[in-house]
Amino acid sequence: MKTIDLAKQTVRDLNQALHDQAAACTETEWEVLNPKGQHNLAVGLDQKLRVDIKGHAGYYCGGMNKEADIVVHGSAGQGVAENMMSGSVRVKGNASSSAGATSIGGLLVIEGDAGSRCGISMKGSDIVVTGNVGHMSCFMGQAGTLVVCGDAGDALGDSLYEVHIYVKGEVKSLGADCIAKEMRDEHIQELSHLLKRAGVDEDPHAFKRYGSARQLYNFKVDNASAY
Amino acid sequence: MSEKKKYITELRESATFDRSTMSEIRRAAETGIYDIRGWGAKRKLPHFDDLLFLGASMSRYPLEGYREKCNTQVTLGTRFAKKPIVIETPVTIAGMSFGALSANAKEALGRGASAVGTSTTTGDGGMTPEERGQSTKLVYQYLPSRYGMNPDDLRKADAIEVVLGQGAKPGGGGMLLGQKITERVAKMRTLPMGVDQRSACRHPDWTGPDDLAIKILELREITDWQVPIYIKVGATRTYYDVKLAVKAGADVIVVDGMQGGTAATQEVFIEHVGIPTMAAIPQAVQALQEMGMHRKVQLIVSGGIRNGADVAKCMALGADAVAIGTAALIALGCNDPKYDEEFKAIGSAAGFYDDYHEGRDPAGISTQDPELSKRLDPVEGGRRLANYLRVLTLEAQTLARACGKNDMRNLEPEDLVALTVESAAMARVPLAGTNWIPGQQQF
Repeated sequence: MKTIDLAKQTVRDLNQALHDQAAACTETEWEVLNPKGQHNLAVGLDQKLRVDIKGHAGYYCGGMNKEADIVVHGSAGQGVAENMMSGSVRVKGNASSSAGATSIGGLLVIEGDAGSRCGISMKGSDIVVTGNVGHMSCFMGQAGTLVVCGDAGDALGDSLYEVHIYVKGEVKSLGADCIAKEMRDEHIQELSHLLKRAGVDEDPHAFKRYGSARQLYNFKVDNASAY
Repeated sequence: MSEKKKYITELRESATFDRSTMSEIRRAAETGIYDIRGWGAKRKLPHFDDLLFLGASMSRYPLEGYREKCNTQVTLGTRFAKKPIVIETPVTIAGMSFGALSANAKEALGRGASAVGTSTTTGDGGMTPEERGQSTKLVYQYLPSRYGMNPDDLRKADAIEVVLGQGAKPGGGGMLLGQKITERVAKMRTLPMGVDQRSACRHPDWTGPDDLAIKILELREITDWQVPIYIKVGATRTYYDVKLAVKAGADVIVVDGMQGGTAATQEVFIEHVGIPTMAAIPQAVQALQEMGMHRKVQLIVSGGIRNGADVAKCMALGADAVAIGTAALIALGCNDPKYDEEFKAIGSAAGFYDDYHEGRDPAGISTQDPELSKRLDPVEGGRRLANYLRVLTLEAQTLARACGKNDMRNLEPEDLVALTVESAAMARVPLAGTNWIPGQQQF
């Protein structure tokens, strides 16, 4: 295992060392010490690496990740795993706002709570939050799956496209064009599989499903009050 | 006929409720929804035609038009990037999306720009292989929607442009209506086919200049600090926006005035939000100069640039380069009179067509219709655009030499005068024949 101590080296050193693995992969196991909430840790990785960040991370940790498996042994700041392509990011603590924003693939697991706009504009990733999510989560979500094992704040799924949302707890309010939907067998299977991938022990039958009513997909005069 | 009517030879049209205004009222009453269209502001605005150059004579020394060099090469992104972009003409191609434009049109833009050694720019829809393949210098836009955004394309880019706003709609997001969301466009944007796509107007993972500074650092980290990062703003509070963009870490700032075009936005937005390009440049230059960053952070200006005179005037006011969008499309064949009958068949006319959002462009440019798209030969389109860019460059050089400048960037406000009080105040140059700059000196 290779160790990068951010008390002695810079974020630039860390990212360059990880990016260099694309040219010649010499080490797959990485440990980052003393992150102390610094921003942009382990961004733009594109190799099958395992990166353990031993502490809190700042903004955009794991941003645009491809293939790597990143674990934050603490909490993460804004935009964790933003635009992730594949691989996984696991946050052992809480995540700030815009977790998994625009993420295209891969798995984001937040073992604590997530702030507002969790999964905003997500485009195909899977996001599992063990705790609660804040307001406007999954705003303009396009594709993928958001699972919330706790409660969801105001305006869940506002202006939603095709994301599947599963919430176990209370939803304070639904956003424009987001509705509760029937939980069919294929959804139980999808959720069950995702919970298993995330390593979360929950009964899929305890969840409710939400999705787009698809009423705002095209401009209609009758919907003017919804815009 | 009444006695009075016998003597009336001209009917009087209301200046307030003219025929265009009344037509819009009737349209709104019929449909119940605002008008959406493409193009940019159509109203008359203070513009570069209101400025004139003071050519050299006794007190200034001109350069020989055909014998003495006038440099047009500009390097963009010298502040932080390891690989700044060098463009051979100070005219670049502005961001326009695949989706709004056909793949052939994007390819033609790349071909034309590459032929003269300048850059072209992606748009709200990702990078197409056609565009990357034909563009030797490609700027990759980073927009609120993040449609098609991925780290592989990010690393293929020669620069990254973080888009905060657009001159045609500062404060608004992109719009691409269902007619143009074909299978390929839908796939690139991860959207269902046929939806009316309304892009977000704010970025999803940062909210202010302090956050933006961190976001820019993230983009630099992902690209190993190789390429320049631009920040594009629609011209509104330009002085403050430029200062904040410099503080956030931009290598290059792009200011897009309200004459800048769009593929689709509400008419009320296009005509009533933002400030003219000419008014924005002095604000941007003042901000850069006060921070000691003029020429260190390069300034690109766009919005209504049509000829070499406009290019030279932008640079005299302090820009390092300009970007063209609408003019580039016209060079490709947009609104060409040869399609007049077909424009009329869809309720428009050559020279008036602005319903880009409907995707029925007879010229094959602002469409995703395969048959219409075929009408634009990307090789021929590229040739026409390259010719046009060469003319812009030659015209701008002609004016610079006449002012005694051996480099386009040596043009200065002192070379300009204004024809109107408004343009003098906005451009901060004297009214012609006087020393008076309104707002700066007493008459």
